[in-house]
Amino acid sequence: MAYFLELLINGALTGLMYSLAALGFVLIYKSAGVPNLAQGAVVMTAAYVVWIMVSSGVPLWIAIPAGMAVMFAFGLVVERLLLRRMVGQPVIMVVMLTLGLEILLRGLVPGLLGSTPRSLDLGIGFAPVILGDVFINRTYLVGGTIALLLVGASLLFFRTRIGTKLRAVSDDHVSSWAVGISVERAIGISWGLAGVTAVVAGVLWGSAQGVDWTLSMLLFPAVAVVILGGIDSIPGVLVGGILVGVLGSVIPGYLDSYVGGGTRDVVTSLIILLTIMVRPYGIFGREDIERI
Amino acid sequence: MFYRLSGTYHTTYESDRKLWKIPADRWQVIAVLVLAVAAPFLVSPLYLGSYVLPWVIWSAAALSLTLLMGMAGQLHFGFAAVMAIGAYSSIHLVRFGVPFEIALILSGLIAAGIGTVFGAAALRVKGLYLVMATLAMQYLVDWVVVNVPAISGGAHATLRTPAVSFLFVDVSSLASRYWLALGWAVLLTLFFLNVKRTSFGRALVAIRDKDFAAAVIGVDPFRTKMMAFFTSSFMGGVTGAILAYCYYRAVTPEQFGFDVSIQLVAMVLVGGLGSVIGSYLGAGFVLLAPIFLTNFIAGMAGAGWIPVSQNFLSHLPLIIYGAMIIGFLLFEPLGLAKIYDNIRKYFLVWPFRHAKS
Repeated sequence: MAYFLELLINGALTGLMYSLAALGFVLIYKSAGVPNLAQGAVVMTAAYVVWIMVSSGVPLWIAIPAGMAVMFAFGLVVERLLLRRMVGQPVIMVVMLTLGLEILLRGLVPGLLGSTPRSLDLGIGFAPVILGDVFINRTYLVGGTIALLLVGASLLFFRTRIGTKLRAVSDDHVSSWAVGISVERAIGISWGLAGVTAVVAGVLWGSAQGVDWTLSMLLFPAVAVVILGGIDSIPGVLVGGILVGVLGSVIPGYLDSYVGGGTRDVVTSLIILLTIMVRPYGIFGREDIERI
Repeated sequence: MFYRLSGTYHTTYESDRKLWKIPADRWQVIAVLVLAVAAPFLVSPLYLGSYVLPWVIWSAAALSLTLLMGMAGQLHFGFAAVMAIGAYSSIHLVRFGVPFEIALILSGLIAAGIGTVFGAAALRVKGLYLVMATLAMQYLVDWVVVNVPAISGGAHATLRTPAVSFLFVDVSSLASRYWLALGWAVLLTLFFLNVKRTSFGRALVAIRDKDFAAAVIGVDPFRTKMMAFFTSSFMGGVTGAILAYCYYRAVTPEQFGFDVSIQLVAMVLVGGLGSVIGSYLGAGFVLLAPIFLTNFIAGMAGAGWIPVSQNFLSHLPLIIYGAMIIGFLLFEPLGLAKIYDNIRKYFLVWPFRHAKS
């Protein structure tokens, strides 16, 4: 029972940290309708940016906001230079463009900054938190809490003036233009915000497993999270994250010893496949009705 | 210049239905074919084995994928898994005692069967969701291959291909392996060129352009999509088997990973969706351009002209490959086939400016 609880709690916390990586995906999809398959690589880039500042002597509490500013600008630049030109192209082109960006970043960033795993110490400590007879990973606990706060903050953000504009843009581009909302700027802002959330995800995951290119593999669980939760839903990120995390921790916890490991990817794949077969728009997603 | 035409004019239906409508095109195709067949005598074995042979096989793979993506418009991000199914089942069938020729066809059928099951699961959805579903297929097949020792021979094992003969010719020398691969590529090319002229091919194009509209004019969308998945997966499965026997000769699961799927999609896109010549050009470009550019820059770095670290050089193929995909999508979304077409049209009417074709 303690083993089960341990898997459950740590899985839920991991899942919350997945939802950090997934949040950027949803922000961009919600406003621009672009599936950003480069989000994993953006998280990796953000982790490298913060790491390089910390390693050159900048204190952490400056490095993280500075990293956020850098990644916000990075998101704006990517949107302006690459995605703006793809408006109106079929989805395969956009998907492939973000994948190309993913491959480029995965080569460029470790190629320039070094590919050996770097440690990023947040001062959290590695001693597990012990609750009864359950051991909880301290980094995951902090990460999960921050993820909860951030998703909550982004829910609140959508009630502000800019957030309202973003919601309007996500509803309908043409009507937003008609009432004087700059759709281009709103989409740019959503890319920048995705960069900001990537900094949080990158710092937390970087401190949990080291900063190197494997951070970009967060894309796959993040995709499962958004598919399950609903690709344009912020609360869906939270619920989807917890479900993906728990299933991806409990099932391998019992099965891995029988089938030789690696069940987590299978669980993630099955979540994607079953969601698409049963309820393609996810738990909270908006059902698209295709008009002829 | 080479053509001396002021456009393409047909006076009979026969001449309009021809695959290569201009004599010069026909001569080009024959010349390329002769060069391709004679390649083992023209190219050193090193280049044949490490550049020409993989180019031919990956072109066949790109052709199989472009039938699904270019003609039927169904996205597939797990095509390497289909090829893995073909490769592994052909090896096990031959080990089981099935003749190689029949094993090739059977492995294609197995790949087609499994590919169609996943296709059917994903066919309720389109676009992005189809990408995700086929992505999930890639991971599932990878996992099954790695974790069932009966298939892969263990997680880190390599499976050697047994010695085989094709139609009583021993397929072990480099030249014979190359000719087998070339034969398959030519067969696929002929199939692809001709399927465009059949009702099946036209149904595929109708589905790609708008499936409701296709349904209205009497094309069953589900059936046609399934047939597209089946045909394409069959071709992919046999290509996977050819890849295993003619090129790798020892198969490991990593050779059919997620990155290979992306590479295949990149070949199709860089070449130009739904184009035959594009599949060949795209496969060659995606396969060879990063190698040549990396060698070039490594040579410049070795001579001390540009300061580049070893670490950067090892990541350079990835960088070039990513930049290539982005560059093509931004500047020539129709791919190398369109560039070829532009050049061809320019020379078609050379002293003049505008072609009517």
